[in-house]
Amino acid sequence: MTTTTPAAGRPAAEPERIHAVPVRYPGRWISAAVVVVLAAMAVNALITNDKFAWPTVGKYLFSQPIMRGVGWTLVLTVASMAIAIVLAVLLAVMRRSANPVMRWVSWVYIWFFRGTPIYTQLAFWGYASVLYKNLSLGVPFGPEFFQVDTADLLNPLRAAIIGLALNEAAYLAEIVRAGLQSVDRGQSEAARALGMKEGRILWRIVLPQAMRVIVPPTGNETISMLKTTSLVLAVPFIYDLNFAQAAIGNRIFQPLPLLVVAAIWYLVITSILMVGQYYLERYYGRGFDEHSPKKRPARQAAINAARTTADPSPLDGVTP
Amino acid sequence: MSAVPTNAADAGRTDGLDPNAPMVELAGVHKWYGDNHVLTGVDLVVPRGTVTVMLGPSGSGKSTALRCINQLEEIGAGSIHVEGELQGYREEGGRLHRLHPKKIAVQRARVGMVFQRFNLFPHMTAIGNVMEAPIQVLGKSKAEARERAAELLTRVGLSDRLEHYPSQLSGGQQQRVAIARALAMDPDLMLFDEPTSALDPELVGEVLGVMRDLAASGMTMIVVTHEIGFAREVADQVVFMADGAVVEHGPVAQVIDAPTEPRTQDFLAHVL
Repeated sequence: MTTTTPAAGRPAAEPERIHAVPVRYPGRWISAAVVVVLAAMAVNALITNDKFAWPTVGKYLFSQPIMRGVGWTLVLTVASMAIAIVLAVLLAVMRRSANPVMRWVSWVYIWFFRGTPIYTQLAFWGYASVLYKNLSLGVPFGPEFFQVDTADLLNPLRAAIIGLALNEAAYLAEIVRAGLQSVDRGQSEAARALGMKEGRILWRIVLPQAMRVIVPPTGNETISMLKTTSLVLAVPFIYDLNFAQAAIGNRIFQPLPLLVVAAIWYLVITSILMVGQYYLERYYGRGFDEHSPKKRPARQAAINAARTTADPSPLDGVTP
Repeated sequence: MSAVPTNAADAGRTDGLDPNAPMVELAGVHKWYGDNHVLTGVDLVVPRGTVTVMLGPSGSGKSTALRCINQLEEIGAGSIHVEGELQGYREEGGRLHRLHPKKIAVQRARVGMVFQRFNLFPHMTAIGNVMEAPIQVLGKSKAEARERAAELLTRVGLSDRLEHYPSQLSGGQQQRVAIARALAMDPDLMLFDEPTSALDPELVGEVLGVMRDLAASGMTMIVVTHEIGFAREVADQVVFMADGAVVEHGPVAQVIDAPTEPRTQDFLAHVL
């Protein structure tokens, strides 16, 4: 066993650390000054221009129709993204399935929902109750068990959520597929060798690792969805933030301040979503961040503490 | 001491298994990748409780043969029996029927495998890696799996590394976790696919040490390796492969010390 006594001849005292004068970067100071001046000019241009009507912005920022619009926009975003994510995982798995029928169905779905405009799709869901007055469950081309009025089932809110979700799922499916492909084949091989079944391998081994790749673009999609919700007017669903601001703006003949109100709220919600994304990324990045400079000393310390390199090799005197 | 480590899980999976059959039996195994004929009729018998070391130049089909035993590769011709049970197929009415993936998973669970690149699950801690399959496959409780996993990690000398992620471990430590992970399934057979080839030279010893202990405990092992020293010390049988077939096999004294085949002699002259 090796001991930790210092090698002979090495001084016991700590060596004097280097305290050098750092390199100066005057360019950074200059660019900072330029940016500050430009930012001040921009803020000034916003505040001093009375066409923005800041008192009006203040008056409507927390007004009831706007707050209700924020609420409904959040409902639309969260509900449609939740459905879209579940559907997207399903589509991505189908796309990689050994079953050709599954692969084909998934391909056609993605082809169709990415290939037609979201506005058209939303309008279609709005018209669904006109196209098909009743929906019924029964044997195909045979007897029916029960029947519902399509207009009751697909009220504007549900039509909007389904329209957004089905469209989004097609885009997210490709993101999920990219994530699944990014996981090393050796991972599922190792799990297979342990006797795990395919479903478990996907759920326990592959998908959690794929999430690292899936989360950032999905955050992107969520933020994009937040603003896509303004298209639910096509259904028509008329309680979201964009409709609320437009309604007020048109009524008081001052569209600009109301646009600013909406922009502020979209920005606030986006900021909150970004915080959520940060924590999601941190969670799914666990075990992967060994290359960040912060973690490297911990890794080295762990290896050193285990003294793996100090073990006498059993091959000493064995291998020629 | 019994030759094969006894374990509780054996009781539930003895159906179809012949306790008197050799642990592994390959008969005329062929494997094609498209037009590439990588295994050209491999015959191999591995008796229970023995260690078989497979040597051979790269591309000779050693790893492929090993992966066929665990059904990570499908064979093109021939048959593989583990404990007397045909792998991957069932014979019925004079025809072979491909087994359902769930049945194949059951067959694989009896065989542990250690990979060259470790293939630990990076999102799980060391103990999480070892607990995973017993919980997901054998249906063990979390507490039970954790206790056994801690025991196994202690056995491979990592009792103080239970909560470390693979990225926080050295290569040698990772490979020892991988061995513990395979052992957690109480396998009857352990396959090692070049377990030390991806390691820094000074880390090879700790992994071989664990494997040596495992061999001493009576585990049946098939090891693909370039470590001639390990083969000399532990192998009951040495198999030399070239061009997708077994060229020469027998005890160390025969295959390594007095090879008769020119290709074996040539290979050993380069390695030793």
